[in-house]
This record gives sequence, structure tokens and C-alpha cells, in this order.
Amino acid sequence: MSHLAAMVVTLPLAFAVAGMGLRSSPRAAHLLALAGGGLHLALALRLLEGVLAGGIQVVQMGGWPAPFGISLVADPLGALMVVIAALIGLAAMAYGRHDIHPDQVGHGFYPLLHILLAAICGAFLTGDLFNLYVWFEVMLMTSFGLLVLAQHRGQLDAGVKYVVINLVATLLFLTALGLVYGMTGTLNMADLHLKLARVDNPALRTAVLMLFVAAFGIKAAVFPLYFWLPAAYPSLAPSVAAVFAGLLTKVGVYALMRITTLVFAADAATIQPVLLTLAVLTMASGVLGAAAHRDVRRILAFHIISQVGYMVLGLALLTPLALAGTVFYLVHHIVVKANLFLVGGLMHQAGGAFDLTRLGGLYRRRPLLAALFFIPAFSLAGFPPLSGFWAKMILIRAGIEADAVAAVAAAVVVGLLTVYSMTKIWAEAFWQEPPAGPAAEAAVEPGSPLWRVVPVAVLAILTVAIGLGAEPVYRVAAAAAEALLRPEAYVAAVLKGGAG
Amino acid sequence: MQILLPLLVGAMVAVSIYLMLCRDLIRFILGLVLASNAVNLLILAAGRAVVLPPPLIDAGQRVPGQVVANALPQALILTAIVIGFALLAFVFVLFYRAYQALGTVDTEAMRAAEAESLEGNGEGGP
Repeated sequence: MSHLAAMVVTLPLAFAVAGMGLRSSPRAAHLLALAGGGLHLALALRLLEGVLAGGIQVVQMGGWPAPFGISLVADPLGALMVVIAALIGLAAMAYGRHDIHPDQVGHGFYPLLHILLAAICGAFLTGDLFNLYVWFEVMLMTSFGLLVLAQHRGQLDAGVKYVVINLVATLLFLTALGLVYGMTGTLNMADLHLKLARVDNPALRTAVLMLFVAAFGIKAAVFPLYFWLPAAYPSLAPSVAAVFAGLLTKVGVYALMRITTLVFAADAATIQPVLLTLAVLTMASGVLGAAAHRDVRRILAFHIISQVGYMVLGLALLTPLALAGTVFYLVHHIVVKANLFLVGGLMHQAGGAFDLTRLGGLYRRRPLLAALFFIPAFSLAGFPPLSGFWAKMILIRAGIEADAVAAVAAAVVVGLLTVYSMTKIWAEAFWQEPPAGPAAEAAVEPGSPLWRVVPVAVLAILTVAIGLGAEPVYRVAAAAAEALLRPEAYVAAVLKGGAG
Repeated sequence: MQILLPLLVGAMVAVSIYLMLCRDLIRFILGLVLASNAVNLLILAAGRAVVLPPPLIDAGQRVPGQVVANALPQALILTAIVIGFALLAFVFVLFYRAYQALGTVDTEAMRAAEAESLEGNGEGGP
């Protein structure tokens, strides 16, 4: 009973509007953005607390009752994702102080970031399929803007590729939406859960479901639809890359989860083998791509793909444990991956390059940086007791319980190859002697790195905390998974929830 | 109408896919315009394009007295058109800027973001 679910979407929009007035002063714009980000995180935490204590919260927009108006629904998964999104947004804003050129602040970096966060939170909370489409579009528009902010050649080229594939995904989404509406006459997700099961045309249902999977698969960078990602992400500034890498593909994963567990719950069994195959191929191709590259950001970008594979694996198994594993993995991965891109920026600052052949000796010169890289990198690789170990362990255990032997084997092998990639960065950038030549010395940038180090350190501490205190996080993840597997509560809350 | 619209949508999608598979970005844009219009028509067809009286309720009544047209598909299409228009405007500007920076609209020749030619960047452009 509150409008928190609506406020976490509108607050960043309000700060985006306010931020437009302060673009000419980078300092003031940064402080205003930080205030907005902090407030957003506080609201998101209160929303999660309320949802965990008091159950699903529903706000009917404009006071229209459920199947007719647009509902915002905060269930445990949605609220948890909003908290993580707000956290990563705040970290990126803090990091942006010295990372983003004043010209780009003048072009509206912080307002764009705020709108992007609003759209991501809107996508996490909306209970209406068409509204989800609208949030996806807002997300796309702002991410296009952020992607080409610096306007150098690489960014424009990456921008073209990113825009093209995302527009195709959008059209697929809209097509599927039109067909769903034609079948049922409704677009409310809770209402669809009831009505789609009654549509007596399994072939059409499966076809539309596959359209959704293709559309969200492009967003989530699932095999074989991920080729845009390694081209687009490495051309970004670290703070933008952190938000993109941490959150954007995960919105796709989230939409996949909603569509299979809620909207098309009746057809979930049809899609499971497809998702399982896709998950294994995504894991494998991502990690192999990473092994072939020597640019820190490209390696990290390919690892996003392989990690998305793990999340889809949990979704494909569709047992309570596996879904809890997926949710845990989402939390762990967003924090760690965003942090790694931020650390990549620090490595560039300290070593003057992103290319491993030109980096070296960072362990001796920057011991603190080495520690800050070590934590997220080896959490990603799944070293106990860091967060990635628990995430992988839950998923692998769920796979064994579900007798998905091949998938479990793939997950283990991909985990090992992830260790190889992280060790490669560690050995070449940190342990190896720096390459001879003046380039490395000249490129070391001056200026206080505090704005960059603090967000990285906070996220690293959080990674350790999730690892050491895995129990409470797992409990929230298990609650979210349980809510996903029992959509009845969600449906009842939306359709009977009234305006409160 | 009920038969004509799906046929039209199918033809438009076929043409747009052909255009979007071209290496030329200009043709891609044309294909995109066609495809988004085809999807809009598809929503119209999915909402049952039949001739019915407008959804107006007589004074003093709470529900319409007869079967009326469904206005929602048109509202959805209107939203999609507005969003599509904004996206298209952005895409035109982006492609033009890319053409200025890269000197080509041939996607095969656009390799600035690929691994080989990406020189340790992060430095802002002009």
C-alpha cells in the first residue's frame, strides 16, 4: 500500500529534468546526479523491504482497475532488480566525475543516465506487455544517446551496429505483441497468464513465444544473437560500459524470465529444451570468444555473454533451486561485471592501455588496484568464498538434481575457462614486467582518482559481502524464485489489488 | 479487409527483409520503415479490422448499447508510430554522422569498432 513502485520510476525522470538545467557546470551536475542516485537507491531499498515484508505491491496507473489500465507490480524479483539497478547507477554516476569529459556532461550525460535508469526500473516493474515495449524503447533511445556521446569513429560504428540489431529486436517484440493481442484481447501480463492458457491454438502460441524469445534473446545477447555486443561495448567510456554491461542485457534476461514463468507459463515445458540448448551454446561461445582476445574490455564483453548463458541455464531448468540460482547469479553478475568495467577504466588510467600486450607491472606499481581487480575477477571465475562461487554452485547443483548432465558439464568447463581468462589478465597486466617504451609512462593520467576508486571499492566490498553472507541473499533469491513459480499470487495481487 | 491486410503485411515484411539484408545502410533504413509499418498494420489486423460503429456511449447509459469498434489497437499503433518516428529521426542522424566519420555506408567496410583497427581508445573524438 504505497506508491513507492511508481516513485522509483518517476524520481530519476525528475532528476533528469532538473539535470538538464545544470549541464553547463560539470561539478554541480555531478553532485545533483549523485543526490538523485542516492535518493533512488534509498527508495529502491525501502521498496524491496516492503515487498519482502508485506508481499507484492501493485500500483494501478491513473486509477484504472487492472486489466484495463497499466499496472506497476513490485514482486520480490522486480524489487530486487530495481535495487541493483539503482546501485549500479549510483556507482556509475560517482565514477563519471573524472571519466566523462565536461563536453559530454554538457551534452547531457547525467540526464541520459537518469532516464536510462528510470526506463530500466520501469521495465523491471511494469505489469503490462505494451508498457514493457515502451520502456524498452525509452531504454534504447537513451542508450543510443550514451553510446555515441563521444562521437569518435569507433563509437559511431559501434552505434550503427547496436542500433540496427536492437531495432530489429524491437520490431520482433512489437509483432509478437500484436499477435498476443489478437489472440487474447489483453496485454496485462497477469491477465495474459490466465487467458493465454485458454487459447486453443498451440502452434500459434508456440510461434509467438518464439518471437518473444528471439526479441529478448537479442537484448540479452543469447547465442546466436550476441554478435552486436562485443562490437558495441568496448567502445564505451568505463562508467557507461558498467551500466550497459551490468544492466542492459540483464533486462533482456529478466524479460525472458517473465515471459516464460508468467505470461506463457502454460507453454514453459515447450520452451525448456530450446532454452537449455541456447544456454549451453551461449556459455561456450562467450567464453571461447573471450579466450581469443587480448583487449581487457573485449574479454570482459565476451564474458557477459557466457554469464548470460548461466542465467538462461537456470531459467531452462525451471526448478525452484535453479530459478533461485538464476536470481542469485543476476545479483552477483551485475555487481561484479559493472565493477570489472570500472576497474578496466582504472587499469587504463594506470597503465595507459586496454591492450594486454601493452599493460604490465601493475601489481608492483598499484597494489590497491591489483586487490580491486582481484576480487571481482576471481568472483566472476567462481573462486570461493566470493559471490560467483555460490552462484555457480547453486546452478550446478540444480542441474545435477534435474539430471541435466551435459549442461552441468558445460557449466563446469566454462567455469574453468573463465578462470583462464581472468588469469590471463592477471598475469599479463599485473604480474608481467611492463613492456619497454615511453608509451606506458606518458599515458598515466594525473588527477585525484578518489571518485573512481571509491565506487569500485564499494562494489568490491559488496562482492565479498555477498560471498561471505550468501545466506540472506540466497533467501531473497529463493523468495523471488518461489514467487516466479507460483504466479497465482502475482495474478491475484494485480487483478484484485485495486488502486492501493 | 480481413484477408487483404495479412497478405499486404506479408508482402511488406518480405520486401523489408530483402532491403534490410542489403549492405547499404540507406536501403536498410527503407526496409526498416517498411517493416515498422507492416507491424503496425499487423496490430490493426490482429485487432480485427471490421466496420463497426464508433465506441461512443449514449448519454445516460453506462455501457454501449451495441457492438462497437475496438479503439485500443489504434491507440497501440499510434504509440508505436510516435516511437518509431523518433527512432527513425535518430537513426537518420546517426547514419549520417557515421557516414561523415567513416566515409562509407557499406556495412562490410565499417570496421572501426572491430578488434583489428580499434587503437587503444577511450580518448574522445572531435
